[in-house]
Amino acid sequence: MSSIDTLDFRPGALPAERYVNLMPLRVHGLSLRIGEAELLRDVSFDLAPQGCTVIMGPNGAGKSLLLKLLHGLIRPTAGEIAWAGQDPMAVTARQALVFQKPVLLRRSVAANIDFVLKARGKRRDRRDELLEHVGLLHKARVPARRLSGGEAQRLALARALATDPEVLFLDEATASLDPASVQAIEAIVRQARDRGIRVILVTHDTGQARRMADDVLFLHSGQVQEHSAARAFFPDPQSPAARAYLNGSLVF
Amino acid sequence: MQDLGEAFSLALSLVLSGNADLFEIVALSLRVSLSATVLALIIGLPIGALVAVSQFSGRGAVLVLMNALMGLPPVVVGLLVYLQLSRSGPLGFLGLLYTPTAMIIAQTILITPIVAALSRQVLEDLHTEYAEQFRSLCLSRAQVIAALLWDARYSLLTVALAGFGRAVAEVGAVMIVGGNIDHLTRVMTTAIALETSKGDLALALALGVILLVIALGVNAGVQSLRMSARRQAYV
Amino acid sequence: MKLSQTLGASFIALTLATSTYAADQSILVQSTTSTANSGLYDYLLPIFQDKTGIQVNVVAVGTGQAIKNAEMCDGDVLLVHAKAAEEKFVEAGFGTERTDLMYNDFVVVGPAADPAGLHGMTDIEGALRQISSSGALFASRGDDSGTHKKEQALWKAAGIDTAAASGQWYRETGSGMGATLNTGIGMGAYVLTDRATWISFDNKQDYTIQVEGDDDLFNQYGVIPVNPAKCPSVNVEGAKTFSDWLVSPEGQDAIAAYTINDQQLFFPNAPKN
Repeated sequence: MSSIDTLDFRPGALPAERYVNLMPLRVHGLSLRIGEAELLRDVSFDLAPQGCTVIMGPNGAGKSLLLKLLHGLIRPTAGEIAWAGQDPMAVTARQALVFQKPVLLRRSVAANIDFVLKARGKRRDRRDELLEHVGLLHKARVPARRLSGGEAQRLALARALATDPEVLFLDEATASLDPASVQAIEAIVRQARDRGIRVILVTHDTGQARRMADDVLFLHSGQVQEHSAARAFFPDPQSPAARAYLNGSLVF
Repeated sequence: MQDLGEAFSLALSLVLSGNADLFEIVALSLRVSLSATVLALIIGLPIGALVAVSQFSGRGAVLVLMNALMGLPPVVVGLLVYLQLSRSGPLGFLGLLYTPTAMIIAQTILITPIVAALSRQVLEDLHTEYAEQFRSLCLSRAQVIAALLWDARYSLLTVALAGFGRAVAEVGAVMIVGGNIDHLTRVMTTAIALETSKGDLALALALGVILLVIALGVNAGVQSLRMSARRQAYV
Repeated sequence: MKLSQTLGASFIALTLATSTYAADQSILVQSTTSTANSGLYDYLLPIFQDKTGIQVNVVAVGTGQAIKNAEMCDGDVLLVHAKAAEEKFVEAGFGTERTDLMYNDFVVVGPAADPAGLHGMTDIEGALRQISSSGALFASRGDDSGTHKKEQALWKAAGIDTAAASGQWYRETGSGMGATLNTGIGMGAYVLTDRATWISFDNKQDYTIQVEGDDDLFNQYGVIPVNPAKCPSVNVEGAKTFSDWLVSPEGQDAIAAYTINDQQLFFPNAPKN
């Protein structure tokens, strides 16, 4: 187990265009029980103000549930989550979550962005800029449901960014996408992080984790096995579970 | 069977001869039932949407009630509206009994539960798909409802069709509150009932054939809208 | 997508088109299916409207329902055929006065096979007893209409309890004259009907008149303006103009002039002043 003190955030490397008021994040004694099943057990960790945290772990480890708890979509059975002292449910609007399967409205690409800009009271003239940013401006008039998987996920990402989030969650957002799409999305996410948006992403893709992570939170069976800086985690994971997972022998 | 052949040729000759009475009756049928459908959508869709996205105690009972009201007998609706609109009823001063407006009111009451119950099902299914994304986006309930209604618009056309079909085909309610008055409140179904009671089965059947053709036309129009929507992948 | 605009526009158009009917003056007549179905109003009303400019709207229901509707003030004139009920209506203050207007008569129609052997009979009570004893079917209106009331009085006079036979040989359709004829003909039953409806009825199949001519089969129609003291909404002037015209020599002549297949359907008999 490591603590936040061991992490290297390369101070000064991140031009903090915006000050993330929601950080730091403090999670303490978190547990989630649904019926008889204890899905998360005594989860505690702290996240530093900036960077990209990658949550890893085998299927069923509780990664997606942890994201939803952090985002305020569900309530924990016990324990505490504090975003700069605030309850997750009070700050959901200042965060955005990109789901594994993008849920797009049955409208054009442009209308999907317009909808969020309008609903959230943002400037409507930012739409083209956002679409340009994710490389979809030429598809603005296309029905969103006709986009390829990669395009759809980029649109979901543009929609997330349209809300001006301070924190961006990605829940296996690139699973089942081709390498080029994965690369495009990683580039957009990296830019977001570099602009000061706090990124927390769940992935099964060890390569992606290596490329993106500043720090890694490794979950197994609903418990935190390890939380350490990426540069320390990948060459030398401390927990047996993480070690087994990285060399492919951890079977859930 | 002889009657059926006679009915078809009679229907054709009525239409081809440009029978003014027929067109008046057809126009009133469409006006009354389309108005009732639009009103039922205005009232029923928000109710259906609200129930679709809300969790509250007693929701199960509300669903049972909504579904049960779909089976309202037209005659009962007609009678209830009649008692309100009668000169001696509470709304008698409006002078609406035996007018097309009274018929629109009765049919609206008849089909609003259909619109509410069916749209609730359609919107709830869509909401299941959207709910988590919408919660993540922190939308207000009104924004959620508006988004669901718009995204389900082509499915809701089918709901509107179900309402319209019920309205244009019913005779019990419009007979009581409209009175089947010639040139004033006579619609296709009351005319069919009248010709049947006169024993002119061929004419009654001919009117029925025309009513069926109108219903087919309306349905075909909506179907083509849906097809083009499907081609554009909006559905 | 222009769906919302289309819906909105059509709705506005529909509402604007509503309620622009009423002529300068109109009255509402609560009347019976027999008079309406026979086409009498289609013949009379244009003559009256040409003369007075008053548009007459007719609601044609059973006499029982017509009286009930008029009692609820939903009509300006009542024109039905059930003298006792009409007099009660006037006594209770719902109508100003009742005037005899016209008559025709009731007949019993039956299938060509004539299972009760009624053909040519003129004695209605005897004919009804023959139906009852032969077990042949009889279709009754069963709807509290003028015809139904008349029919019940005839069964009573014949000393037959139809309530006991209801659902067996005595079949109550609970519907209008035309519907009852359709049903009765469908099951081969005898039916008591007013002559006007029968003459104008198109679905006779092999049915003919089997019993006619008894004085007891007399069918008197009366006209009653609805009382403004009970129903302030009544168009008093229009109602009086219409009922006065009906009983005037001109109106009476018009009633007498209405025929189908050269047969006169109604015989005017308003008292002459």
